[in-house]
Amino acid sequence: MTLRLLAGAVVVAFVAAFPALAGNYPVKLLHEILIWGIFAMSLDLLMGYAGMVSFGHSAFWGIGGYVAALALKQSPGLVSGFVLPALVAALGALVIGYFSIRVSGVYFIMLTLAFSQMFYALTFQSAWLGAEDGIVGVPRARVFGADLTAATPFHVCVLVVVAATIVVLWRVVRSPFGHVLAGIHENENRMQAVGYPVARYKLLAFVIAGAVAGVAGSLYTQLVGSITPDAFLWTTSGEALLMVIIGGTGTLGGAVLGAAAFILLQSLVSTYTERWMLILGLTFILFVLFAPGGLVGALRGRVGIRG
Amino acid sequence: MTAPALLAIEDLSRSFGALRALNGVSLAVGRHERRAIIGPNGAGKTTLFNVITGDLAPSAGRVVFEGAAITALPRHQIARRGISRSFQRTNVFPRLSVLENLRLAAAATGRGSYDMLGSVSRLAAPLARAREVAEAVGLVERLAEPAGRLSYGEQRQLEVGIALATGPKLLLLDEPTAGMSPEETARMTRLLMALPREITLLIIEHDMDVVFSLADQISVLHHGEVLTEGAPDSVRADPRVYEVYLGTGDE
Repeated sequence: MTLRLLAGAVVVAFVAAFPALAGNYPVKLLHEILIWGIFAMSLDLLMGYAGMVSFGHSAFWGIGGYVAALALKQSPGLVSGFVLPALVAALGALVIGYFSIRVSGVYFIMLTLAFSQMFYALTFQSAWLGAEDGIVGVPRARVFGADLTAATPFHVCVLVVVAATIVVLWRVVRSPFGHVLAGIHENENRMQAVGYPVARYKLLAFVIAGAVAGVAGSLYTQLVGSITPDAFLWTTSGEALLMVIIGGTGTLGGAVLGAAAFILLQSLVSTYTERWMLILGLTFILFVLFAPGGLVGALRGRVGIRG
Repeated sequence: MTAPALLAIEDLSRSFGALRALNGVSLAVGRHERRAIIGPNGAGKTTLFNVITGDLAPSAGRVVFEGAAITALPRHQIARRGISRSFQRTNVFPRLSVLENLRLAAAATGRGSYDMLGSVSRLAAPLARAREVAEAVGLVERLAEPAGRLSYGEQRQLEVGIALATGPKLLLLDEPTAGMSPEETARMTRLLMALPREITLLIIEHDMDVVFSLADQISVLHHGEVLTEGAPDSVRADPRVYEVYLGTGDE
C-alpha cells in the first residue's frame, strides 16, 4: 500500500513539474492527455459503472466547447469557462438521456450516435456559430485572479480539474448511488423488481457524465483556442471509447492511462507513418483479444474485467 | 373471510396471441394468509405473478392491493407498495457479494440511494436488515461470497432472501424449491415456515409436501382459470384436482 502511495506521489510530482522539465510540445501533449482523460473518465462512469455504452458522448464535449467559445468571447470568467459549459452540457444530457435511456444495447448506441450527429449537422450549418470553420480566437478564462493565457496558471488549472474529476467520480461510484448503478449494470430487471426506479438512476448518471464531458470540452477549446463542428463527430466519441477500453473499463483511473496510451501512440506513430490509424486499430484489436481488462487489468497482473 | 382482502384479483385475463394464459381469474388473499397456487405446467401461475407485479399488463381485469388498484403502475412502484417476488429462474446479482445483494434490496425503499457522495456503510438500516435476512435464509456464513459462486441451493435461498429484504407485506414465491435436492427442499421448507406470520404469502409450488406443510389456503389453476380453492384438506379430497394433474401427465 505504501509502495502504491509512493508511486502515486512520484507520478503526481512528475506531472506537476513537467513544464519545468520539458518543452512546449510535450507540455501540450500532456494537457491533451489530461483533458481527454477527463472526457474518457466521464464516459467510463456510463460504460464501466452504469453499463451504458454511449456512442454519442461527443455531444457533450462539443456543447461544452461551443458554449465556452461563445461565452468566453463575451466575458472570460469562471462562469463562462467552466460553470456554463457544465450546466448546458448537463441540460443537453438531460434531454438526450431522457429519450435514449428508454432503449438499451444497440438501440441506445444508435440513438446517442444519432443525437451527436444532429449537433454536427446543426453547427455545420449555423452561420452564427461559424458554420464549418467553427469559432476561432477563443480566449482562455480568468479564474480567481489568474489569467489562464499564461502557461503556469493553465497547467495548474488542468491539474486541479483532473484531480477534482477523479475525486468526485471516485466518491460517486463508491456512494450508495454508485452501488445502485452497479446493481443496474449487473441485473437491471431485478433492480426494478425490488423497487428501484431504474430509468431515473440511469438518467442521473447520464447527466453527471454529460456535465463532466462539457467541462473537458471547454478545457480543450481553451487549450487550442478554437472549436469546429468536428468536435461533435462520432470519431470523438469513438476515440474516448477506445481510451476507456484500452485503459480498463470500470476503473476510472484507467481512462486517463488509456488517454495517455492513445495520444502518445498517435503522436509517436504519426511522425513515422501516415498510417497511424492502422497501427492504432491493430493495438486496439490486440487489447480486446488479449487484455480485456485493459492497462489497469494488465497492471493488476490478471486478465479479466473489473477487480 | 370477514376482513377486507390484502390482495384482490378481479376477473383477470391475459392473452398471448391466441393463447389465453389467464382467463377471468378472481382471487382474494387475506392479510397474513399463506396461499399456495398449484396447477399443471401452463396453467397460468407465473403469468398471474407477472401481472400482479406489473411485469405484464393484463388484457382485462384488475389487481387491487390494500384497497387501491395497482394494475397500471410501473413495476418499481408496485414493489414500493409492499409486493415483492422471487423468481422461478434464479435472478440474483452474480458478481456482487451476498451481503450487497441483500443490502441493495433492503435499501430499495429508502431515500438514501440517491446519495452520491456519502458512504454505503453509513446507511445503517439496510445493512442491518441485510444481515437479519441473511440469518433468516441461512446465508450468514456466506456474506462476503459473490452470489455467482454460491451452490445452486444457496442461490435459491438468496433468491428468496432478496425478495424478503425489501420488507414486503405480500411475498410472492415462484417455485422456491425448483430444481432442489430433497435435502435442499427440506431446508427451504423449514426456512419458509419460519417466516414471520405478518408477511402474507402467495406461493407457486409443485412439491405437494411443501404445499401442505406451508399453505392454509390452496387455489388450483387450470387452463388459466381457477378450478377450485379452499383449505388443504378439502382440495386434497377433490377428485378434479387429481384428474387435472394426471390428465396432463404432470407429476
